[in-house]
Amino acid sequence: MNIIYTDVLVIGGGLAGLRTAIGVKRRGHEVIVLSLIPAKRSHSAAAQGGMQASLGNSIKGEGDNEDVHFEDTVKGSDWGADQQVVRMFVNTAPKAVRELAAWGVPWNRVQRGEREVVINAEKVTIKEKADAHGLITARDFGGTKKWRTCYTSDGTGHAMLFAMSDQTIANGIAVHERKEALALIHDGSRCYGAIVRDLITGELSAYVAKATTIATGGYGRIYKVSTNAVICEGTGTALALETGVATLGNMEAVQFHPTAIVPAGILTTEGCRGDGGILRDMDGYRFMPDYEPDKKELASRDVVSRRMTEHMRKGKGVPSRYGPHLWLDIAILGREHIEKNLREVKDICQYFLGIDPAIDYIPVRPTQHYSMGGIRTKYTGESQTLRGLYACGEASCWDMHGFNRLGGNSVAETVVSGMLVAEFIADFCDSKGGDIDLSTGLIRDFHARETGRLAAIISSTGPENAYALRARMEEIMMDKVGIFRNGKDLEDAVNELESLLIRSRNIGIRTKVKSANPELVSAYRVQKMLKLALCVALGALQRTESRGAHSREDFPERNDRDWLKRTLGVWRNEQDTLPTLTYEAIDVITMELPPGFRGYGAKNCIEHPDTAQRVAQVEQLKAALQSADRFTLQTALMQYDHLLPRKYQGKNERLGEQLP
Amino acid sequence: MSETGQTPRVLKISILRYNPQDSNSKPRMETFEVEEAVGMTLFIALNDIREKFDGSLQFDFVCRAGICGSCAMLIDGRPGLACRTLTETLDQEVTLAPLPVFELIGDLSVNTGKWMRGMSERLETWIHSNEEVDLGKLEERMEPELAEAIYELDRCIECGCCVAGCGTARMREHFVGAVGLNKIARFRLDPRDERSDEDFYELIGDDDGVFGCMSLLGCHDVCPKELPLQTQIAFIRRKMVRMGMK
Repeated sequence: MNIIYTDVLVIGGGLAGLRTAIGVKRRGHEVIVLSLIPAKRSHSAAAQGGMQASLGNSIKGEGDNEDVHFEDTVKGSDWGADQQVVRMFVNTAPKAVRELAAWGVPWNRVQRGEREVVINAEKVTIKEKADAHGLITARDFGGTKKWRTCYTSDGTGHAMLFAMSDQTIANGIAVHERKEALALIHDGSRCYGAIVRDLITGELSAYVAKATTIATGGYGRIYKVSTNAVICEGTGTALALETGVATLGNMEAVQFHPTAIVPAGILTTEGCRGDGGILRDMDGYRFMPDYEPDKKELASRDVVSRRMTEHMRKGKGVPSRYGPHLWLDIAILGREHIEKNLREVKDICQYFLGIDPAIDYIPVRPTQHYSMGGIRTKYTGESQTLRGLYACGEASCWDMHGFNRLGGNSVAETVVSGMLVAEFIADFCDSKGGDIDLSTGLIRDFHARETGRLAAIISSTGPENAYALRARMEEIMMDKVGIFRNGKDLEDAVNELESLLIRSRNIGIRTKVKSANPELVSAYRVQKMLKLALCVALGALQRTESRGAHSREDFPERNDRDWLKRTLGVWRNEQDTLPTLTYEAIDVITMELPPGFRGYGAKNCIEHPDTAQRVAQVEQLKAALQSADRFTLQTALMQYDHLLPRKYQGKNERLGEQLP
Repeated sequence: MSETGQTPRVLKISILRYNPQDSNSKPRMETFEVEEAVGMTLFIALNDIREKFDGSLQFDFVCRAGICGSCAMLIDGRPGLACRTLTETLDQEVTLAPLPVFELIGDLSVNTGKWMRGMSERLETWIHSNEEVDLGKLEERMEPELAEAIYELDRCIECGCCVAGCGTARMREHFVGAVGLNKIARFRLDPRDERSDEDFYELIGDDDGVFGCMSLLGCHDVCPKELPLQTQIAFIRRKMVRMGMK
């Protein structure tokens, strides 16, 4: 049995995983990164539009700071987020952008003087400040008060991932490519690494580590149409679930992006609308102002996706053989702007649709895009229930997005969480708690178990087909656990998914080899994916309210009284056919920003009994500290600075806000 | 196709099959028949083949949107990204083969990742700077046009098409390829990188570097991102010649 020892094992080679690896390496710990694919091909590269950080350099970002970013993020989450985590995030995001700038990301910069932009479908001239010239600029995104999204054209994730990956290489960090973790090694209370399959040779190895980090992104591919890369199957999240100990949080919180192309489901960035693009219906009519007169196309993603779906249900969609869709019009931005700032979008339109977006409308439809749910962790990134297991980025739920994340906050989170979690992991490895006292017998047991499972699939003559089970799962998720949900459909979904899971234990395959075998991979992955799908569907069925991206037609109000809580899912026994769900209350009395109205549609909320009291407290504090600076007021409302690693505790300098 | 009332074409897709992991495997062409659908790409067609006919068929897709560079292969003999190739742009008979030069993993899958990591280590494709950056302070300024010019070269997705289309790479095992030379051009342009032309000359001032290029420029023709490889290689060569003459 091949056993590889290291201090820190990072599963996943995207932005979050690589930043974690760099962080722990710089603290003197040995680290190995596992990746299904070459790291630079990770899904982080697909982030087009940009990364939120409140630098406030552009004139349209003037006055921006951590407080405004905090408020936007908490409102966006529909108060589901952990507000201390959000504070940690917004304070670190400017540092992350600046670190990436030093590492070579060619962020677009402020050009002093006048320039023409499109706002609300009209050409407007804005004038950038002379003293901001050459600093990092930002574009507008949905659900934000300021232009806060830093970008490099519409290839932001690509530029970030390449800079990060090159830093990984510069730091001499080993990335073991084409390796798939099949199971975590643990004893019920502590994690010791993973059993890993080489996707070329088929060989199984044990990677033993003081700390194991899962940074494998989201689980979008359990849906039939998703903007996610084909590797985003959630199998990293399932590793945690299958321990029977680690919990998953808010798995029912799934985001649909308003503008993926039809039928391929490929994303066109929110930057299209941020830069002034608008949505039109079958009559060419711009409908969003009728629904959301204030934010229009730039309402939060969950809101725009629902409004589009509503409008199509009224018969206003453009009919096509792939069902109705709507139009995204960026032609109004002009060719020059598109070819400079939206060139990936232009490429996608050209190659996949055969159209020129400087002339033609783009056919779009809301499409599965982001997983707010994931491995439930403390603010340190460590599992609440399995010591030595960490998670960060989209794979985790630490929980900064609550029930809806803002555009540009995810790619920012990947790097920020990597920076922070790396420090906590390094502290853990430096401490006595980081030492491992592990029997090789335990490693052998897990190795034997996984070897046996693969052998069983290969030798099985079972009648079930992995591709067919998967296709049905994807359809159920799309049709019954989608943008709008209701009790009856969700119940059907849970029942059928459960039967698919049982059937998946009886898959037979035709390709009987142990080495590279795509059919075998499909077979063992679909078993994992079905468990995740059940967590999503059951969580959605039990949550009898609407919050953020979770929208119940039979329970349209947000119900803080009964549902201001996180869903926790655990898979207790291997032979179970459903997850066990419990709930974790979110404390209103300690919130900096008590629950309120998000600003979309009608006010429709059942209040939490503590809300009035906390609102009164906050107002008193604000009145008492009227003359204090914003930092003093913030600290009085909710302390968070002590949670940050010391090196990231400092304030952020801005043009209008010098550091002492 | 039914939209226009026509019968869909039946594509004949011939694939070069070989699995180095299997001692009984011999390189051979195998042809699969796939019914074409509207908007079908090679990504869709190949997955169809795997699911319906042969679960062992190896190929690599990740983003399936033309941005990650995983799926480069020879499409009718020419290096290209399979995911964004619509079958309607191809003849009824299509030939697919793995990229040459790179280590073969199996069928259409090649190890570009290993090659690119080796190139990055050799050319040190990262910002070399001794400056300690205070992350709390305002970032260094940069002219907007310069940032855009760097991004223009930073758009490389390391798909390997330029290497597969390169005459020198076939003859010189350690040639850095247009991908490598473009990286040097990118970091040379970046004022955050403190390396000088002398340093770059150490990395590419030989026949495995810029002087190995025979200016056939297959790289430029096949680059899916349409990077300005021709001008960049010529420019870097002039700079390196000047260094060599010193």
